[in-house]
Amino acid sequence: MYAFNYHRPASIDEAISALSGASDGTVMSGGQTLLPTLKQRLASPSDVIDLGAIAALKGIREDGGAIVIGAGTCHAAVAGDATVRAKIPALAALAEGIGDPQVRNRGTIGGSVANNDPVADYPAGLLGLGATIKTTKREIAADDFFTGLFETALADDEIITEISFPVPQKAGYAKFPNPASRYAIVGVMAAQGPAGVRVAVTGASEGGVFRVAEMEAALGGNFSAEALAGIGVPEDNMNADIHASAAYRAHLVGVIAKRAVEAAG
Amino acid sequence: MPSVSMTVNGKAVSGEVEGRTLLVEFLRQNLSLTGTHVGCDTSQCGACVVHVNGESAKACTVLALQAEGAEVTTIEGMAQNGTLHPIQAAFKEHHGLQCGFCTPGMVMSAADLLQRNKNPDETEIRDWLEGNICRCTGYHNIVKAIHAAAQAMRG
Ligand SMILES: Cc1cc2nc3c(=O)[nH]c(=O)nc-3n(C[C@H](O)[C@H](O)[C@H](O)COP(=O)(O)OP(=O)(O)OC[C@H]3O[C@@H](n4cnc5c(N)ncnc54)[C@H](O)[C@@H]3O)c2cc1C
Ligand code: FES
Ligand code: FES
Repeated sequence: MYAFNYHRPASIDEAISALSGASDGTVMSGGQTLLPTLKQRLASPSDVIDLGAIAALKGIREDGGAIVIGAGTCHAAVAGDATVRAKIPALAALAEGIGDPQVRNRGTIGGSVANNDPVADYPAGLLGLGATIKTTKREIAADDFFTGLFETALADDEIITEISFPVPQKAGYAKFPNPASRYAIVGVMAAQGPAGVRVAVTGASEGGVFRVAEMEAALGGNFSAEALAGIGVPEDNMNADIHASAAYRAHLVGVIAKRAVEAAG
Repeated sequence: MPSVSMTVNGKAVSGEVEGRTLLVEFLRQNLSLTGTHVGCDTSQCGACVVHVNGESAKACTVLALQAEGAEVTTIEGMAQNGTLHPIQAAFKEHHGLQCGFCTPGMVMSAADLLQRNKNPDETEIRDWLEGNICRCTGYHNIVKAIHAAAQAMRG
């Protein structure tokens, strides 16, 4: 790691002023992605602004027909939360399947969403459930938020504060994990709810998370795994690496989408 | 240089660190608590697991300054008055270790499991150990040890 100045603000306002006062600052939430990145010297921020002590960023509440999760809420807290388990069990299952217990104890939803790793779970959760990302500047629909490989609509000086999930009638998440890292080789969130029928796929594409319109149309008429029979995705733009070829990933999208719909019950 | 203060194994400690100093470096170098191991330094192996405010964390992926004011427990804090913690005793009894390199992390990870789930089955134990890698044992006796420890701790 290169040296940096460390800040531990107690409020969102203090975090914003620390960020704007830094020549090349970055915020840190759980550090489970940022610290490994810094260790590899893939980034060299002048200042690291730790959001970990900001109580306002943590917690889960029900708000009308939505579940609102603070950006600094760790994966274990989402997985174990009684309201999330009751209202959106697919989201609890998604959080429960991230990495390992120690990563889940520290890694946060805000960090995962801001990072937009093409093989991370939460991007599929947010896009599939039609979530809204609230920041220090505005509200952004998941459809407009994930703009590409590790790219989001966030500005450099914008901090995610919370994420709001409309409660669906039905939703299921399934993933085919990389056996070593547990990241998704393919992960699918399929949901039927206020945001319509949505199918979002992570892990598979070079461009990051994406929706499958043909599957959504089929499930709109009949929300069952059988409705997905014969619907595939093209191999173009699929990731290909030592873990899985593009053809294999394209095939897996169909298989995992059916499992997600089945998990939705 | 910034200074950091925390409670480690029940004792108030403090020291000078850099922003980039990892918690595991602070424990091993500043406090000479070398029971917490560094296997990979890339957040994969779990040899460095300690508890921060009661929850298991990879100390190679936490900055020392992030633990400001925290209660930290390391493997050195598990035995009480010379008596092994029931999890340590079970690892010994059931041959849950060979070279022992992964053991501190295994024990600290298991302790977090058993505080959440007093009676885990084999699948739950194996799933929980996702982030703890052992190059020697093949895990079988580790799972047995944790199972036995759970039994002993339930009394
Ligand atoms: C061994 C291991 C296994 C893993 N397995 C999985 C897995 O199976 N599935 C999966 O999805 N993920 C996995 N992860 C990643 C993990 O979920 C991370 O916790 C997560 O991606 C990042 O969250 P964080 O809170 O640690 O963010 P940090 O590392 O603190 O930050 C990540 C990025 O987000 C930015 N950021 C953080 N918070 C905010 C905010 N509030 N507003 C704006 N920007 C912000 C930071 O500046 C940084 O660029 C794994 C990680 C490890 C180490
Ligand atoms: S040394 Fe921390 S996970 Fe391997
Ligand atoms: S006992 Fe040697 S690595 Fe586990």
